[in-house]
Amino acid sequence: MTLFFPSLRDKPAAAFAAMCAVGVVLLVLPFAAGYFGNAWVRALAFAALYVMLALGLNIVVGFAGLLDLGYIAFYAVGAYTYALLASPHLIGNFEAVAAAFPQGLHTSIWLVIPMGAAIAAFFGVILGAPVLKLRGDYLAIVTLGFGEIIRIFLNNLNAPLNFTNGPQGITLIDPVTIVGLNFGRTVDIGFTTLPSVYLYYYLFLFLMLVTIVICIRLQDSRLGRAWMAIREDDIAAKAMGINVRNVKLLAFALGATFGGVSGTMFSAFQGFVSPESFSLMESIIVLAMIVLGGLGHIPGVILGAVLLSIFPELLRHTVVPIQEQLFGKVLMDAEVLRMLLYGLAMVFIMLYRPKGLWPAPEHGVNPAARPGKPQTA
Amino acid sequence: MSDTILEVKGVNKRFGGLQALSEVGVHIERGQIYGLIGPNGAGKTTFFNVITGLYTPDSGTFELDRKPYSPSAPHKVAEAGIARTFQNIRLFPDMTALENVMVGRHVRTKATALGAVLRTRATLLEEAAIRKRSLELLDYVGIAKYADYQARTLAYGDQRRLEIARALATDPKLLALDEPAAGMNATEKMSLRGLLSNIRKDSATILLIEHDVKLVMGLCDRVTVLDYGKIIAEGTPADVQRNAAVIEAYLGGAHKPAGKEAA
Repeated sequence: MTLFFPSLRDKPAAAFAAMCAVGVVLLVLPFAAGYFGNAWVRALAFAALYVMLALGLNIVVGFAGLLDLGYIAFYAVGAYTYALLASPHLIGNFEAVAAAFPQGLHTSIWLVIPMGAAIAAFFGVILGAPVLKLRGDYLAIVTLGFGEIIRIFLNNLNAPLNFTNGPQGITLIDPVTIVGLNFGRTVDIGFTTLPSVYLYYYLFLFLMLVTIVICIRLQDSRLGRAWMAIREDDIAAKAMGINVRNVKLLAFALGATFGGVSGTMFSAFQGFVSPESFSLMESIIVLAMIVLGGLGHIPGVILGAVLLSIFPELLRHTVVPIQEQLFGKVLMDAEVLRMLLYGLAMVFIMLYRPKGLWPAPEHGVNPAARPGKPQTA
Repeated sequence: MSDTILEVKGVNKRFGGLQALSEVGVHIERGQIYGLIGPNGAGKTTFFNVITGLYTPDSGTFELDRKPYSPSAPHKVAEAGIARTFQNIRLFPDMTALENVMVGRHVRTKATALGAVLRTRATLLEEAAIRKRSLELLDYVGIAKYADYQARTLAYGDQRRLEIARALATDPKLLALDEPAAGMNATEKMSLRGLLSNIRKDSATILLIEHDVKLVMGLCDRVTVLDYGKIIAEGTPADVQRNAAVIEAYLGGAHKPAGKEAA
């Protein structure tokens, strides 16, 4: 709690009250947003999904200091895992699968989430193993290549055997069903009805909270300290007895796990996946979220993810009407303006808040300033 | 009977055309402070890096506490029981002093990622023990009041102390210090000397690389002198100080009055 409310560190009751208030706001938020249309609830659900993605990438980049530009590949792996296991695609293309599942392939979410997580973690290790000795720019380039390889595979694995249906993507993916509750339909809860997007919002909110708790606990653990140690100085970390290889692989695997789980949720939410959702631009946007918010600082990462996922929605709903009012015609597309503003935001962040909008608090003042003769290293 | 803690023999290390170490070895008894000295470029740090697993030697045998160990990877050496500090301080600058020392406990603890996520009782107990021990060590080296300061904000002498505390956190049998007094003023050196004597008394044997002759002579039980990658003298500080080869290495031969300076 004090991570989010540092000023309430000595007042646990106040911090608890603040947490409760945030909780209530998060619960009623979709109703406020829903007033302006379901598109906004959808945007909120996506924000929660992006928070999960950003927190996963934050383990790799923020905690362990390994610049990863291909993170979206794990999202893709998770998304396609669910898409293949819970859609008619495989049945339509492989007779053996059709014979094995005469009722159709509808794998339970309880099975798909762990599978998506495990497969993504496996890919995380596959990516991690060959890049163990690389750092900085070199690591970034290899991971970027990895992300593109996955996307190109998804694009081309439609012949001779049609695994992914290529650029057309996979459609008719089952919505999430949990203990008989189908998230794809509107639910009547007595005093009001909840459309599908609301249900997904609450599901993603729950998963997001779980992710946050896991990340906080990992950060404050022996493993979290080892990650930070290799980020700060990997030679010193080795000399302190940290097995750098294992710890790095664990960072890649755990980061990928969150990507994989978010991917399965994305797939279920959309009901459709195609390779174009997993372009390099997506990797860069997730990275931009954590850099904008505050690399390695969980509240900052959450803030960055929320801002950068809601912002394009705001633009989409304002840019065109404003231009029509002012000039009578549309001069600039929302998408173009979005990239322009992202670029500007990044430049301003680098200039004025190089550690992000909400960076980790500094510990202590400089004791070298005390009387005596300080020397610098 | 002698109680050997480190026995290293016949170490050779070549970098391209340069024979950095030839047939170097040391024999250190438990509870000693052992000095390794020599002019700049003599191979002291190379030897250090070899025994702590940072460089792979071309040959050599290694025994710690009468058990052979292979200096193939630094983390294995740390696990075997040799902890080191660095000539140019290598702390984790953005972590707090306390966290730095807690990282040192890594090799002696075993909480897993799953334990951390589930906050199992064993993990919580271990975490509390790590914190307690780390605070004790900060207190031991005399910087407990800076526990929550980021390491990079500490004064130079305190950074050196923190590095020693972090090394001690690995429960080493042998503490290897690479020029701990470098850049310290006279007062800081005096208190460092007190700290090293305490460490010898309380826990670990110490292997020391040092340029400060006064510190070495006053503190060390035995000294090995390296020059051009070879051992030129070994013995008590008093013996070594009178050794003709050592004097020549540091001050140059009689026929070369303007020879190499003592570093």
